[in-house]
Amino acid sequence: MSQATALQTAAAVEAGSQEFLVFSLGDEEYAIDILKVQEIRGYENVTRIANAPDFIKGVANLRGVIVPIVDLRIKFRLERADYDDQTVVIVVNIADRVVGIVVDRVSDVMTLTAEQRKPAPEFGLSLPLDYISGLGNLDERMLVLVDIEKMLTSEEMALVEEAGE
Amino acid sequence: MDITEFYDTFFEEADELLAEMESHLLELDVDNPDVERLNAIFRAAHSIKGGAGTFGFEALQRTTHLLENLLDYTRRGELALRRDIVDTFLEAKDMLNDQLDAYRQGGEPDPEALERICETLRRLALEELGEDAGAEVAGAAPAASASPEPAADPAPAEAAPSAGEGTPDGGARFQVTLIGVADKDRDLLIEELAQLGDIEDQQVDGERHRVVLTSSLSGDDIEAVMCFIAEPEQLEVRALDAAAPAAASESKPEVKAEAEAVPAPAATKPAAPAKAEAAAKSSDAAKKGGESTSIRVPVSKVDQIINLVGELIITQSMLNQVAEDSETVNDGALVTGLNLLQRTARDLQEAVMSVRMVPMDYVFSRFPRLVRDLAGKLGKDVELITEGKSTELDKGLTERIIDPLTHLVRNSLDHGIETPDRREAAGKPRTGRLTLSAQHQGGNILIEVIDDGGGLNRDKILEKARSSGLSVSDSMSDDEVWQLIFAPGFSTADAVSDVSGRGVGMDVVKRNIQAMGGHVEILSTPGQGTTTRIVLPLTLAILDGMSIKVGEEMFILPVSAVIESLQPRADDLYSMAGGDVLLKVREDYLPVVAVHHALDVADAITDPTRAIAVIVQGEGRRYALLVDQLVGQQQVVVKNLETNYRKVPGVSAATILGDGSVALILDVADMHRLGQSKKENPVFGAPTRARPVEEVEPS
Repeated sequence: MSQATALQTAAAVEAGSQEFLVFSLGDEEYAIDILKVQEIRGYENVTRIANAPDFIKGVANLRGVIVPIVDLRIKFRLERADYDDQTVVIVVNIADRVVGIVVDRVSDVMTLTAEQRKPAPEFGLSLPLDYISGLGNLDERMLVLVDIEKMLTSEEMALVEEAGE
Repeated sequence: MDITEFYDTFFEEADELLAEMESHLLELDVDNPDVERLNAIFRAAHSIKGGAGTFGFEALQRTTHLLENLLDYTRRGELALRRDIVDTFLEAKDMLNDQLDAYRQGGEPDPEALERICETLRRLALEELGEDAGAEVAGAAPAASASPEPAADPAPAEAAPSAGEGTPDGGARFQVTLIGVADKDRDLLIEELAQLGDIEDQQVDGERHRVVLTSSLSGDDIEAVMCFIAEPEQLEVRALDAAAPAAASESKPEVKAEAEAVPAPAATKPAAPAKAEAAAKSSDAAKKGGESTSIRVPVSKVDQIINLVGELIITQSMLNQVAEDSETVNDGALVTGLNLLQRTARDLQEAVMSVRMVPMDYVFSRFPRLVRDLAGKLGKDVELITEGKSTELDKGLTERIIDPLTHLVRNSLDHGIETPDRREAAGKPRTGRLTLSAQHQGGNILIEVIDDGGGLNRDKILEKARSSGLSVSDSMSDDEVWQLIFAPGFSTADAVSDVSGRGVGMDVVKRNIQAMGGHVEILSTPGQGTTTRIVLPLTLAILDGMSIKVGEEMFILPVSAVIESLQPRADDLYSMAGGDVLLKVREDYLPVVAVHHALDVADAITDPTRAIAVIVQGEGRRYALLVDQLVGQQQVVVKNLETNYRKVPGVSAATILGDGSVALILDVADMHRLGQSKKENPVFGAPTRARPVEEVEPS
């Protein structure tokens, strides 16, 4: 009982701290809100969809649910988009939809306090600033915090049919 | 326990009761009404009133009360039925529907409408029944509620007023027996009873809990109210008056003995001979008993089960494949087990799918009323015949077929069937005949709307088509001409009427039916009538698929769209200037759409003579799809692509193959459009009608 209380107090002290899943695209490290992540799986068995943008790799079967797979590396014109053993798909839950995003590697889960989170820079990242909610400072590492929901529901992602269509 | 929990149950039951009431009203023979039917109508009104009272839906209760009183006079033969009286009853029934909808949405029904219908019913009562009875119908207040009096006195019989003294309105005495009802439900029930009248006595005898009650309501009413909480077989409502005079006040034990010996349900009508009544009621109880063997389940739950079963089937075929591929596995028991699993999984799938199936009666039952009203409005005599009511169809589809069917029926009544005079002049019976039929045909359901009216007018359609700028020629076949009426904005009605003729609709009908994976065709003979034939798949959840391979990719074609497949010969292929390729199949020239081209598949066979041409039909148009290879036929579970993604051109849905990968199900009609829009020559890129045959005839 006392332990639980202690944990709660600790949580209260760290109010504003948030957990993030850290992944890498090329040389940059990105992080998304872990609460949006449903699961992580390997890249396999993706069925191509004709006449779709190149960054939409197709659809995959996630235990009976058909899930579109988006390759962020292609979308944001990273130098290389290889598919190997390390390539993973982060399955996220956004706006009542399930979408898989292909990334180079998933490294770990980090807790960032409010102080560790800085406002987004003005330039110099592979991803458009619209989808960046801030920067995370963690010792020597810099994490780019991505608003994955905003990014995937955006018009340019062509994942969601526009309203009224 | 919160009574609002039962709202949904009440609404659903009330809906069913109203539907039942309507169908009985419609089938009622005005000159010689069937007593059973009248009783059924009365019972429905009764039950709704009871429920409405319990839940405090006052407007509903008031309306049903007035209606019920009138119905009571009708079934006792004191009020002679006429067509306009039935009309009023139907109107009242509609009003009840509206009220129910209002309550369902958490609101109150329109008070003006309520007053109007109450006034109509009251006036009817006064006019038809004269002052006294009319006043009684009109004036009688709904259930008098009394404060609960849970008397603990074990022998109050002497003190209680004798049953004979009960005025028709004031209160008859009932013995309500609750058998094996759980404690908390029992308390609730007793509370309910206290609302319905004065509780004089309560006795507990093991499983049985007896309550003696004075109430102005009838036994049926009391039972109906209780039924919302307890099962019918847990209840016995006995009138303690004329039906069992000996049992009235002193001879309590006798009542008990009787009740135990013959657990017959309530005797309600004091005037009727007790035995006949009991017999009638027990057959009724049997019916009710049948009802309790079914349960209400939200469709979403069923769908979830269907999804899971789909998963199970996929997993099972994956296991089978693994066992087949694996050389080390040579275990007979494993193979037997897998086979068993396969069989059971298939059976399970079929069983689960059948849960979603509902009889077409669900759809057809709403037409008698529509036909009756419309025919009256149009001054036509129409007899409606329905066939194949028990044919089953997926629930999702039955809901979506109602609108198109309604439209077709309206059309048949308005444009098809002639007025009695014209019919007579044409040597036909004055009464027109409209048939709705449904039957299974393979994996499809065939629904037909048949009228024996004037048939479609070929010349008029052509003329109209020309004036609205459609390209037509006099040499078009009848079938092609009939298809014209599905063009947007097309109507041949001489005048726009209230019923139809505005020219919206037939195109919507066609679109709706196509959206359901079906198609519609028209057969018509001048002077003899028109048949509209709708063919629909039985369900949208599974599909008979033909798997095809293009390059390294696998696609599924709906078998229903496939006519035949063949290997094209170079001689039969004609390249057209617009980028079209036509394939001669026997006497027809069909446009060719290459799947690899439309869907950008790499490494596909591009030489048509080495590929396979699958002749398909979509949106009434036949064409040839070029694919590399036919792989096989299988039933596939249809998965929506739009749940997590968006609509993909040329693709209707997706499915999961035995190896766990996803295959896209091609939309045959859409593939044609896609093929057209991707033609090489942009000048001819816009979708056009297939060229008339004369132009390509090799000379």
